[in-house]
Amino acid sequence: MYPKAARPSLEDVSVEIEKGDFVFFIGPSGAGKSTMIKLLLREVAPNKGRVYVNGRDVSSLRTWRVPHFRRSLGCVFQDFRLLPNRTAAENVAFALEVIGKSQGVARRVVPEVLELVGLGGKEHRYPTELSGGEQQRVAVARAFVNRPLVLLADEPTGNLDPDTSIEIMRLLDRINRTGTTVVMVTHDSNIVNQMRRRVIEIDQGRVVRDQQRGVYG
Amino acid sequence: MRAKYVLSEVAVGLWRNVTMTIAMIISMAVSLSLLGASVLMFLQVQDMKDYYYAEIEVAIFLTEKVTADQRETLAGALEDDPLVNTVKHETKEEAYQRFREQFKDAPDLVEATKPESLPESYRVKLENPERFDQIRTKYQGYEGVEDIVDQRAVLQKLFNILGSLQTLALVIAIVTGLAALLLVANTIQVAAYSKRREVAIMRLVGASNWFIQAPFVLEAVFAGLIGSVFAYGTLVLTKALLLDGPMKSLFQGVLTPLSWTSVHLMLPVLGVTAALVSAITGWITLRFYIKV
Repeated sequence: MYPKAARPSLEDVSVEIEKGDFVFFIGPSGAGKSTMIKLLLREVAPNKGRVYVNGRDVSSLRTWRVPHFRRSLGCVFQDFRLLPNRTAAENVAFALEVIGKSQGVARRVVPEVLELVGLGGKEHRYPTELSGGEQQRVAVARAFVNRPLVLLADEPTGNLDPDTSIEIMRLLDRINRTGTTVVMVTHDSNIVNQMRRRVIEIDQGRVVRDQQRGVYG
Repeated sequence: MRAKYVLSEVAVGLWRNVTMTIAMIISMAVSLSLLGASVLMFLQVQDMKDYYYAEIEVAIFLTEKVTADQRETLAGALEDDPLVNTVKHETKEEAYQRFREQFKDAPDLVEATKPESLPESYRVKLENPERFDQIRTKYQGYEGVEDIVDQRAVLQKLFNILGSLQTLALVIAIVTGLAALLLVANTIQVAAYSKRREVAIMRLVGASNWFIQAPFVLEAVFAGLIGSVFAYGTLVLTKALLLDGPMKSLFQGVLTPLSWTSVHLMLPVLGVTAALVSAITGWITLRFYIKV
């Protein structure tokens, strides 16, 4: 990955992330961290510069190719973004169904991935019947069910208490160990300090620090 | 699986907002009925023009005291005229026979008319019916000619009336059609809003655009198809109950009858029109409300 963009929110940024890395983007609000995620997801295209994801130039990707590209990414957000009228299993299966996977595949894969995120036995609960941490696990399961090469997490612990946050981080770490690259935007200094992973600090649209095994600082 | 998903989404969508769906179907039905009526009137006028223009001719009526010489001169001139296709002489007796045939429903009138009181005439078919004025100027001065009548002119008035009715129907069809399309756009906006969470997730996990948009577009297409079936029903009822009913005697002998074939033709015509226009409207609306 090699995002490089020039916009008011991000300017003259050049970052390379290896396959299998675990990277934190930190920085104050409005620094441009979320724009980084949007660039990687191709929600926005840079005005100048290039963004490569999985060896592919995303910035010049044709609009109609974007959906297919996104299937190689998984995404988790602060607000979980689950469908309230579907159970945990149905929420995960939804991500498979809408990209054309058969129900047979869903029946086989969904329990597996829910087990992996530690929600075995709670497949048939609705989001309102789950705690915040459990809801985020469902979201992680949904992001991971397609075995993406990259998992993007935009403040995944922002709505969770410290203990639950640590559990989610363990889960993301486990996913990272399967070879999935994890890119996480966060404000949470505790987590960054505990994990001791690569930290890229952004301020006013520029990279001000890029440190292996870094701390929040 | 995907087809099943899309279709169930369509059914849910139509049902979720059922008052809007009904409004959409009614306005489409009204618009399409008028569009159908307009198309039928257009076809009918074309049909009648073909029919009547083949039948109808220019009549050169001769005076009471026309001499054999005058008759000869006129006949010779007409036969040599390049504007004229055929000439037929109609005697007083023949005119009377035709008169009796034409007015057989009014025996009193036939009683009161004597063969001598009808003028003899030349019935002229023109090479080009549009050039009637030239014929009139040329032959009006001939001795023994009483009057020259273009029977097309009489019909032209009727066609003009039908033409304006057709335009009126078309204008109303377009205006109501516009209202129907605005309803389609609005319905899709509401549907897209109520499914915004699903749409957001579908975009995120990489569902293809057609898969995201198909349920919305098909909702509009489905409403359009139902509307066109209702419109077709309206046309069938209009023909069965009105044109073939009370209005039949009113128009008999003037209008050629509207065939069932043309009416049935309106079902596919209106169906395809409605489906296409709804689909395009839906698709354009979605381009504003769901971005990739």
